[in-house]
Amino acid sequence: MLFAFLIATALGIAYLRHLFAVVMLAGMFSLLSALLLLSMDAADVAFTEAAVGAGISTILMLGAMALTERQEKPSKRSILKRLSALAVASTLGALLIYAMLDAPPFGDPLAPAQVHVAPYYIGQTAREIDIPNLVTAILASYRGFDTLGEVVVIFTAGIGVALLLGGFVARDRSE
Amino acid sequence: MQHHLVLRIVAKLLFAPILLFALYVQFHGDFGPGGGFQAGLIFASAFVLHGLIFDVSSARRFLPDKLLQAGAALGVLLYAGTGLASVLLGGNFLDYDYLAEKPTSGQHIGIILVEAGVGITVACVMVMVFRAFADHLPRIREEDW
Repeated sequence: MLFAFLIATALGIAYLRHLFAVVMLAGMFSLLSALLLLSMDAADVAFTEAAVGAGISTILMLGAMALTERQEKPSKRSILKRLSALAVASTLGALLIYAMLDAPPFGDPLAPAQVHVAPYYIGQTAREIDIPNLVTAILASYRGFDTLGEVVVIFTAGIGVALLLGGFVARDRSE
Repeated sequence: MQHHLVLRIVAKLLFAPILLFALYVQFHGDFGPGGGFQAGLIFASAFVLHGLIFDVSSARRFLPDKLLQAGAALGVLLYAGTGLASVLLGGNFLDYDYLAEKPTSGQHIGIILVEAGVGITVACVMVMVFRAFADHLPRIREEDW
């Protein structure tokens, strides 16, 4: 059911030319993905997806849209080019689906992802870290170095945007 | 959007609860879903809402850009500093066991500190990015949307 909505939203995004509607649909797409993640019991990921995808990035897309154009320009490419693009996209999709047939079923305890370090984290978190939320224990402690890297990435991205758009110079709207 | 009475009232009513919810997500991350990243985003979204409904310049008076830049750097430093502190106390980088007498207490302290670092950086960077966009926007007339 959620997947059907997700596909409908994606088609809407591809079809519409009015960028305001596209940005809103992209926000909906994120919210639907968040619901999908929540139905798979991944509450932390769903939370992040809702906050980032449906919240902040929708606002930033609106900002970017207001700085540039409101309407997407109609494509001038020939029908042959469009058909070849469709063929490439469908082939890639078919390959991905074909590869997915080999993946272990959802929630399989013997899947390779579940038998590597996950049993250690699940078994030792209560003793070594003593907090109830496994995800926080992994992100902040076991994988703390990775998270440090992520924070540095966000910091760098912020500096980059501020430098590009002149955030370091206080400006008035009236200028 | 000065003449949208409903939007202005709702934004004013929601501002403080959003900040409060961000703090809840920040400090409750050990027990339920959430953590510094999500909390930072929620914290920033309160200021984004304020900036959308009112004006970015009025928010600058109580949260100046200099403070945001310092905060973004401070969060990273707090995170890395926690790592260095555990080195100085005899452990590996980011090995929180050494931050307190009991290893698990050390882990609790370490996790709270690094999550605070993540939250501060994310909140400051998000508000910074939003303002960088908002500063360039021309005033959009209602019918243009």
